[in-house]
Amino acid sequence: MKKEFHIIAELIQKNKRVLDVGCGDGTLLKHLKDNKNIDTRGLEISKKNVQICVSKGLSVIEGNAEKDLQQFPNSSFDYVILSQTLQAFYKPEKVIDDLLRVANKAIVTIPNFGYWKVRLNLLFKGTMPVTKNLPNKWYDTPNLHMCTIKDFVNFCNKKNINLFKSIALYDEKVSKINNNNLEMKNLFSELGIFSIEK
Amino acid sequence: MNNIDKVKTIIIKKPLKLDCGKTISNFPLAYETYGKLNEKKDNAILVFHALSGDQFVTGINPITNKNGWWTHLVGPNKSVDTNKFFVICANVIGGCMGSYGPNSIDPLTNKKLGTNFPVITINDMVNVQYNLLDHFKIEKLFCVMGGSMGGMQVLQFVANFPNKTKTAIPIACTASHSAQNIALNELGRQAIMADSNWKDGDYLNLKNSPNKGLSVARMAAHITYLSQKGLQEKFGRKLQERDDLKFSFDADFQIESYLRHQGSAFVDRFDANSYLYITRAMDYFDLVKEYKGNVSDAFKKTKVKFFIISFTSDWLYPTAENKEIIIALNAAGADVGFIEIKSDKGHDSFLLEVPDFLITIKNFLQANY
Repeated sequence: MKKEFHIIAELIQKNKRVLDVGCGDGTLLKHLKDNKNIDTRGLEISKKNVQICVSKGLSVIEGNAEKDLQQFPNSSFDYVILSQTLQAFYKPEKVIDDLLRVANKAIVTIPNFGYWKVRLNLLFKGTMPVTKNLPNKWYDTPNLHMCTIKDFVNFCNKKNINLFKSIALYDEKVSKINNNNLEMKNLFSELGIFSIEK
Repeated sequence: MNNIDKVKTIIIKKPLKLDCGKTISNFPLAYETYGKLNEKKDNAILVFHALSGDQFVTGINPITNKNGWWTHLVGPNKSVDTNKFFVICANVIGGCMGSYGPNSIDPLTNKKLGTNFPVITINDMVNVQYNLLDHFKIEKLFCVMGGSMGGMQVLQFVANFPNKTKTAIPIACTASHSAQNIALNELGRQAIMADSNWKDGDYLNLKNSPNKGLSVARMAAHITYLSQKGLQEKFGRKLQERDDLKFSFDADFQIESYLRHQGSAFVDRFDANSYLYITRAMDYFDLVKEYKGNVSDAFKKTKVKFFIISFTSDWLYPTAENKEIIIALNAAGADVGFIEIKSDKGHDSFLLEVPDFLITIKNFLQANY
């Protein structure tokens, strides 16, 4: 399991109800179910991934977060997870609102567009960045709304969303993000992991 | 139908009040089983059949000598593995494969009941089949599953008996029969009743049956089980054993010949009155109304693990209607998974060899047993 998932799992208390939006092949959900006695649900757009989740005994609904999140009642989960998917939505703001409606806490991770390699790509190559975390070309990327760690922090502040925990990940190394180191973390982190609440 | 007396039945002695208000008792419920019930009695799967199905899920149906309707899915080493699971399926009441229905004899008149049989509902069907749990002394089923009308029975079963199954798989169904589906059922019923042999349902005591009417009903229904794309690919405008159009009303096209065959084969194994009663039960199915506008109340406290399956080309019970069930289950905080299987075979997909469907069922059962 990748480092990002270990960090997310550590942010979640035992015996809670968790919805993973865009749960992929269910690796994280299975880990939470088996190790933390979590009551898990998933929402996943790919039929193939839903099949894999079914074979793992996970309850996953085939669907699209932008359409199908609305069916979940208010506060029906303790946590909702959105791992590296926010940038692929038409209306990310609406999705964040929905996440914080269906759960008390949301854990959102974003590939950081402010990472220095990404910046250099554009600065020196003059082409849209292609990196380990952003492997697609501009014409076939599912990503519509890329943002940086700083963008996301600003967004939360503007919307009065409480940043309960902000974590930066670079090459498996974990560090905390705070107001003092934000510029540096924004430059040197590949991934931002945020635990947010209303 | 020959050998119909040889099907397995239990006699249900306890009086049951039907939704129509009438009470029935001392009536037969025909069933079949596959595999063995284990010592812990935790490996039982109750399968519910659809409109034209019966209790003979797999293997050779001893009455029709044809393959069971879910032979692709159920059997030794298949998705529903009868080496592992004990599969039970009953003929619904109102049916014509040995259960209490319009074919049954009225002891007062010694004549077949015909339309004197009471109008039954999905709820009635399910309440009757619940007796099978007592019969086999099963405290809790491992799974209830079924497609189309079978799926409606799955939903009704969990609503009525929330602690009596561990898992539930409603396939290609709905929580509330749509206007389009009521319309299509009415078309079939009118075809039967327009046949002069129907005689207000009393044909069973006379010589001739309304075979033409039932056949037309089946032809119309069969079209609704397929998809435009599936029909086009399979038949297109291909001609039936001829080089050119005959400028007549014979079956020039293969699709015409195919439908005529479907119609005439159906009358050999199905009863026209049963068709009226069962389609009526489907039309009356409305969990939304039963739970006063809030289907999620039907599943309020259930711990049952649901898995819902729909098919992309099914326009009879489309994905959108299946999703209504998921929404209700989510609103109740129930445990639910869902997949829409890609298939060009329309509503019939659940009865056919659709690999993704067969694998999904296999994986779900394996992962949860």
